[in-house]
Amino acid sequence: MISPVFAVGELDGLFRWLNELLVSIGLPQPWQDVIMYAALSATVFGLLALIALFLVWWERKIAAHIQQRFGPMRVGWHGWYQTVMDALKLLQKEDIRVATRDKVVFFWAPVICFVAAFSAYVCMPFGRGLIVADLNIGILYIMAVTTFTVISLLMAGWGSNNKYALLGGMRSAAQVISYEVPMVVSLLAVILYVGSLSMVDIVESQSGWFNWFIFRVPFGPIAFVTYTVAAIAEANRTPFDIPEAEQELVAGYNVEYSGMKFAMFFLAEFINMFTVSAIAATVFLGGWNGPWLPSWVWFMGKTLSMVFLLMLVRWTYPRLRVDQLMEFAWKFLVPVTFANLILAGILKYLGYWE
Amino acid sequence: MSEYLAVLIFIFVGAGMVLFTFFLARILRPHNPYPEKNVNYECAELPIGSSWIKFHNRYYIFALIFVIFDVEAVFLFPWAVAFGQLGLYALVEMVIFIFILLFGLLYAWKKGVLKWA
Repeated sequence: MISPVFAVGELDGLFRWLNELLVSIGLPQPWQDVIMYAALSATVFGLLALIALFLVWWERKIAAHIQQRFGPMRVGWHGWYQTVMDALKLLQKEDIRVATRDKVVFFWAPVICFVAAFSAYVCMPFGRGLIVADLNIGILYIMAVTTFTVISLLMAGWGSNNKYALLGGMRSAAQVISYEVPMVVSLLAVILYVGSLSMVDIVESQSGWFNWFIFRVPFGPIAFVTYTVAAIAEANRTPFDIPEAEQELVAGYNVEYSGMKFAMFFLAEFINMFTVSAIAATVFLGGWNGPWLPSWVWFMGKTLSMVFLLMLVRWTYPRLRVDQLMEFAWKFLVPVTFANLILAGILKYLGYWE
Repeated sequence: MSEYLAVLIFIFVGAGMVLFTFFLARILRPHNPYPEKNVNYECAELPIGSSWIKFHNRYYIFALIFVIFDVEAVFLFPWAVAFGQLGLYALVEMVIFIFILLFGLLYAWKKGVLKWA
């Protein structure tokens, strides 16, 4: 049975009711699990769609205010449902298919892109007990699954049979795999202290005053900064948005996509941004730990603060050149993160901050 | 193993939701293709040749270095999880292992492979 079901007010009751219903009609155990997980995944899908809609609007407002504009103002208070309207518009757009495309690859690229971003939420701890399934390889699973985005971007670039798209896809693959290494190694420094890959264990080992890993000097802050830099690159955002550099590649891998297929890439990009922020909040900022407020408020607050940081960085700094980008990853981030990992190992062996 | 069922179901539900929205869009959207519309976008020029061509091999070299370091990360994960029980011996072994691979990175660096020329 699924023990930690969503525990937010009415939702908890709803899932308990569904569970009792399934038991009462006498379905065999595996099918009960299947239906419960399907209901949970539909809930998470709805939540992520809402979050993505909010993030697009938020990003446009932040960008506007940084550039001394207003941004969307027409539909609703400060244009709050502008992105809903945009989504409805995209739904009605004609699906233009390039004649020379690779049909299978072109069709499945947005699907894989979205599934890779979505399935990371199997073991995302939204709050105390608010996790779909506490996998014992939690963080390794998330890192592995989100990397599938690279394959979908390559597929989009190749399938479009467009030079801009192919260049965007190849650059994105080169960039994401280069920043994958420092990202994983800076998380390893924390896993060394926790002794478990489960997301719930990682959060629980940070309970108490000033016990978050970012406060555990000297390795915590270094790992946090290297992780954040690598995460910005993983999410393909400025200053590391070489794959979709508008001025040179028009839009990179998604030039030839329109309508709902384009919307799926866009949605997956914002979900990925939320994912890397949620991992940062869970691993370095204590996850759902915090006084007075409910646990999920703390989680969302920390994650949205991280998202806000990523947005500020995006609209403040100019884009790096490709060679600077790759050399920064291999000549600076990789040595620093490995040195930090060794430092964390030595400190742990000496019994520092047990 | 019941938790891993969730992974499978997330993959199917995710793909199903995407395919459902594609289906919904198919009902709502207009469909009016003609040859000029379906030409590859290349800033209003007709594209010359296919884009499925040979690519610069620097991408391949970075992919090779990535594979080495990702396999190293796979070895580091179980080490990091079990570090509490293993003690000094494991620490020294892993430091030697990391240094061997960092030496490889230094070699690639000195060879000029890491330069995006």
